[in-house]
This record gives sequence, structure tokens and C-alpha cells, in this order.
Amino acid sequence: MAQMTMIQAITDALRTELRNDPKTLVFGEDVGVNGGVFRATEGLHKEFGEDRVFDTPLAESGIGGLSIGLALTGFRPIPEIQFFGFVFEVMDSIAGQMSRARYRSGGRYNMPITVRSPFGGGVHTPELHSDSLEGLMAQTPGLKVVVPSTPYDAKGLLLSAIRDNDPVIFLEHLKLYRAFRQEVPEEEYTIPLGKADVKREGTDLSIITYGAMVHESLKAAEELEKEGHSVEVIDLRTISPLDIDTIIASVEKTGRAMVVQEAQKQAGVAANVVAEINDRAILSLEAPVLRVAAADTVYPFSQAESVWLPNYKDVIETAKKVLTF
Amino acid sequence: MASNTKKAQKFDAKKSLETVEEQFQTLQILNEEGEVVNEAAMPELSDEQLQELMRRMVYTRILDQRSISLNRQGRLGFYAPTAGQEASQLASQFALEKEDFILPGYRDVPQLIWHGLPLYQAFLFSRGHFQGNQIPEGVNVISPQIIIGAQYVQAAGVALGMKKNGSKSVAITYTGDGGASQGDFYEGINFAGAFKAPAIFIVQNNRFAISTPVEKQSAAKTVAQKAVAAGIPGIQVDGMDPLAVYAAVREARERAVNGEGPTLIETLTYRYGPHTMAGDDPTRYRTSELDNEWEKKDPLVRFRKFLENKGLWNEEKENEVIEKAKEEIKEAIKKADAAPKQKVTDLMSIMFEEMPQNLKEQYEIYKAKESK
Ligand SMILES: Cc1ncc(C[n+]2csc(CCOP(=O)(O)OP(=O)(O)O)c2C)c(N)n1
Repeated sequence: MAQMTMIQAITDALRTELRNDPKTLVFGEDVGVNGGVFRATEGLHKEFGEDRVFDTPLAESGIGGLSIGLALTGFRPIPEIQFFGFVFEVMDSIAGQMSRARYRSGGRYNMPITVRSPFGGGVHTPELHSDSLEGLMAQTPGLKVVVPSTPYDAKGLLLSAIRDNDPVIFLEHLKLYRAFRQEVPEEEYTIPLGKADVKREGTDLSIITYGAMVHESLKAAEELEKEGHSVEVIDLRTISPLDIDTIIASVEKTGRAMVVQEAQKQAGVAANVVAEINDRAILSLEAPVLRVAAADTVYPFSQAESVWLPNYKDVIETAKKVLTF
Repeated sequence: MASNTKKAQKFDAKKSLETVEEQFQTLQILNEEGEVVNEAAMPELSDEQLQELMRRMVYTRILDQRSISLNRQGRLGFYAPTAGQEASQLASQFALEKEDFILPGYRDVPQLIWHGLPLYQAFLFSRGHFQGNQIPEGVNVISPQIIIGAQYVQAAGVALGMKKNGSKSVAITYTGDGGASQGDFYEGINFAGAFKAPAIFIVQNNRFAISTPVEKQSAAKTVAQKAVAAGIPGIQVDGMDPLAVYAAVREARERAVNGEGPTLIETLTYRYGPHTMAGDDPTRYRTSELDNEWEKKDPLVRFRKFLENKGLWNEEKENEVIEKAKEEIKEAIKKADAAPKQKVTDLMSIMFEEMPQNLKEQYEIYKAKESK
């Protein structure tokens, strides 16, 4: 076992699969010699050479189309979009093309593509570098959308994503890259896609969340514990498809639920989770299922982001409403 | 085999490429020693104008140095260094008229400042404060684009708008050698060409897009030759030579306002510093030999020599500019410091002309939070 940050765990997973499968290719802007702007591909160009790990010209649409073409010729592409705010440049390749390739070919063509991309707020970036746009992906049939919250999960989920024969959008929260270290096995292991993880068990309230908000929720749960509330925290890990079974089992146990996301409130992943709970477990509920989310503005200019981003205090405030309903 | 050779002789598709490539030579007027090597191309500039251009370059070099150190002290936010690119940035802006509209990339803050954006607003932009983006009335610019290439298509739109309005002005936009790979780059020059819109497209080729060398961006030997495919004029200029940059942009401007459509201009330049101040390390992808080679071409050095030989510049003048720059930068920082703290409710109120229900509700929640 080694102590790894999330970004080290990601590099480790990439290295593992580049070694395992000669058909895997890592490419994108500055991922070669430079090792990626966050160093996620550090050392890979050196170890695997220009054929397997390479810089592309600066064009996200090109990166997306290239991935599809390489998938059609038997490769397993692992492209990087340097920041997920640039996804709009490659939206057609992702949401209009690779998500549909299996369907429109009558099942003839796989798209074993893993699009990796950093996202998420709290680190004072310029515009379109911090936006939480996972909802756009989750709204697109044909894509799997994964958001790890710990180094251990990141490695196991990334290995599963790469090995999956359908397109996976793998979103890495910027603030979690180097936030903490965790024991991560050096050998390979996988965590199945579509499986949530109960990060903390509890009996009074289920908090369903993902990404950086897992940590805010855990912190809130600790505080609430001091006041005698037993809070369960579920890390979705995959936001599409959802792990309905884990969510519903928890809600049936606690009778109270809330959903926490970093993204803006409007038409988001949290809204979808609330709807699923209402559809399936309304009779188990003691209180309405509430949401904690960011305000419905464009991602704020960085000077206001600390107020705009949801944090554990917001989680506690909403949790109390649900607990005392 | 034999028939293949015969075919190749009949249709020599490579020939047209070679012909194009041969045609794209670099325009230079001032060499590294500050000597005029192309008298015929000399732009018409008065002594005062030449001095003013030098003043701006010196000023902007100081601004770059101060911005870097302010960033390191945590007193500025996002910043993309500009040293090395002064000729490319400032001489191109110097060739414009006030009514011309600038669509910049993130590195092109100096052009905005010389086009009228108050310095303290440039600092607020860097700090991530929306007031930095509130361009004053009468300053024809939009705040720096972060999405590489987006400004290129928009420039075609601004230019077409100007044409429809019958105004004798141009839209000018900037990107880098990396940006010239974006789909938006091609769409922008193509649209402007198709509509014969008065646009000037500048590609500041500083050889690296973050770490990626220009050779990896394209099989095209020059960026300028991409103009051929769009059916518009293209030219490559020595981007360390302020006179060549000025001449090329001035000529493109004249053509544009005469209704002859857009021009693509590639300026060969170099950024001495890191890509941005957010952790880029150029030693990972550039050699110090290459840095030294380009520093010898420095635009300030050669323009200073040129002006000194003409008796238009001396150390005293230079020091005056430097002192003034430092003073004004200090004042501008003070003014930026005095800007009101940015609130989420401010951002809510600029989202729509009329606030929709969801925002109205959230506004009240944040207002209560902010007043705590
Ligand atoms: C659409 C988009 N993709 C990627 C980026 C990230 N990025 C910022 S600057 C840069 C390199 C740009 O290089 P170039 O166009 O040559 O301009 P330079 O920075 O050298 O001035 C990249 C990849 C971005 N801002 N927007």
C-alpha cells in the first residue's frame, strides 16, 4: 500500500492500464512531455513513448473526433479535456456522436472511450475552468458519468472506466486532486461503475452526494452527530447510471433524505435523485427531500466563489430542516 | 508502378502546396540591430508617434514585471505574462483607430489598456471581480476571452455588423499558434472572408501553446498560409519588429475599411515568462538556448537602438517612462483595492435583464447571508 493523493492515484491507474492493454492511448493538450497541466500524466510520455501518450493540436472537437475514430479502429482512447469548462467545444463529439455510436450502428460499434477532465470550484480559476457541468452529461443517454471523491475510489473507478466498452465521462474535482492522501493499493483493483458507496453509516438522515460535496457532507455529519443526529452519507460515485438500490435502501432505513451538489440548482443531478426517491420511496419518507446546491448564476467570478459554493454549514442548515420537519 | 508514376506527373497535387509555402516569407523592417532592412515597407509614422510606441512598449514591460510580482504577493489573480510580445501586441493596437473593436485573448490585456481600458479595471479582471469586465462607454473592446478561438468567430460578427452599419472601422482579434488549430479559427476567417467583413485576425505565434510546440499544431509551415484556404490575404511578420507589425496591420486596416475584406496576420514572437502564473514551468518544455536566441530579438532593444540612432530616445526618457509607469500602477492598485467587495447578489442581479423566480428567491437567501 502507498499513500497517494487523488492525482497520483489517477496517474497510477493510467500507468496500470497503459501497461496492461497495448490498445490504450492517452492524449490531449499538454499531456505528453509536460505531463498535463495538473501533472495527471506525469512520467507517462517517458515510459510509454510518443505512440501511446501524445499531445494533440489545440482543438477539443478534434480530440473528441479523434477518439471516436481511434475507437473505430480498435483502440481504447483515454483523451483528456484540459478543463471541463471547455466541454462545449467538444459537445457534439461527446453528446451527439460517441454517446450514440453503439445505438446508431445497431450495436455494431463500441465506443470504449474514457474522457478524463478536471472540474470543480474553489481554486480561483479564470472563467469556464471551474464549472460543474456534469448535469449536461448525466442528461445525455449513452454516457456513463463518474465523479470520484477519494484517491482509492479514483483508481478503482478509472480502471473500470477504461475497461468499459461504452463511453465514460470521468470528472476529477480540482480541489480534491491534492487535498489529502489515502492508502491506495499498488496492485490493480476495480470498483464497479454504477455503484454508490456508503461513506458513513447513520440511521436518522440520508445525505446523497458526490464529488467535493462528499467531504462537506461528511463534515456536516460529524457536527450533527455531536447534536445527537445519526447521519448516513452516500457517495454516488457514478451519477449516471444511478445506483437506485443503495439510495432507496438507505432512505427506507432513515426515512429522511437530502441531496447535496456543488452545481447550480436548476435542472441538476440532485433534482433527478429527488425525483427517483419520490417515485420509489415516498411512503417511507417522514419529510420532503431537500436539496443543497449553488445559486442559479453563471459560475461566479472568483472573488465571490467562496460564498457561492455550498459548504458544510449549508448542509447542516438544510439537514436540520429535514430532521425537524 | 509505371502507371502510378505517370499519374503522379499528370496530377502533381503537391505542387500547389509548395507554391503556397514559398510565397509566405517573413516581413521584417527593423532587424535585431535596429537597422532598417526594408525601406520600401517603412510605415508612415511621425517622430512623436515613434516615441509614443516606444513609450508604450517600455511601460508595458514594467507593467508585466509589476503584475508578476503582485501576483506572487497574492495581490493579483489570473495573469498571463506578456514580456517578449510587446511589438506584436502594442504595434498592432497602435495601428488602430479608436472606433475599431478589439476581441482579445487572455494574454491581450495590454492592447485593451492602450485602447482605453483603465488600468485598475485590468487589475480587477485579474482578481476575478466583475467590475473589471464592465468596459466603459466609448472603449471599443470586450473583456479577454478564455475559450481559445471563440473570439475569432465573434470578430467576424462584429466586423459584419460594422459593415452593415456602414462604419469605417474594423474588428481585430487575437489568438496564439495553438488557437490557430481550433475549429473556431477556421470558421472565423472563413466567415469574414465569405461576408467580406472588415476584420483583422492576428495570430501571435510565440512558438508554444502552454507546453506544446508549434510544430505539433499543424503540418502547415506557417499559420499565415491558412489564409489561402479561406480565400483572404495572409502575411507572416517578424513579431519582434514593431514597424513590421504596425505596417502589416495598418495595411490590413486600409483594405478592410475600403471594403476589401479581412486579413490574417501571423506575428512571430516569443513569451519570455511562463504561460500563466498558475504553476506553469517552461523548463519542462523549452531550452534555455531557445530562450536566449529569442531574447536577442527583443523588440524593446531593437526599437531603442533605432530611435537612439535617430536621436529620438535616451536613457533619461526611458527612466521617465519607467517612473511614471510605476507610479500609475501603484495608483491603479489602490483604486482596485477600493472596489466594493463582490457579492453573490451582485452576480445574481447581472444574470438577466429581469430576474426570474428562482433567482429572486435565491437572492433573498444570499442577501440574508451577506448581511450577517
Ligand atoms: C477551448 C480552450 N481549450 C483549452 C484551453 C486551455 N489553454 C489555455 S491557454 C492554452 C494554450 C494556448 O496557446 P496559444 O493559442 O498558442 O496562445 P498563447 O497562450 O501562447 O498566447 C490552452 C491549451 C482554453 N483556455 N480554451
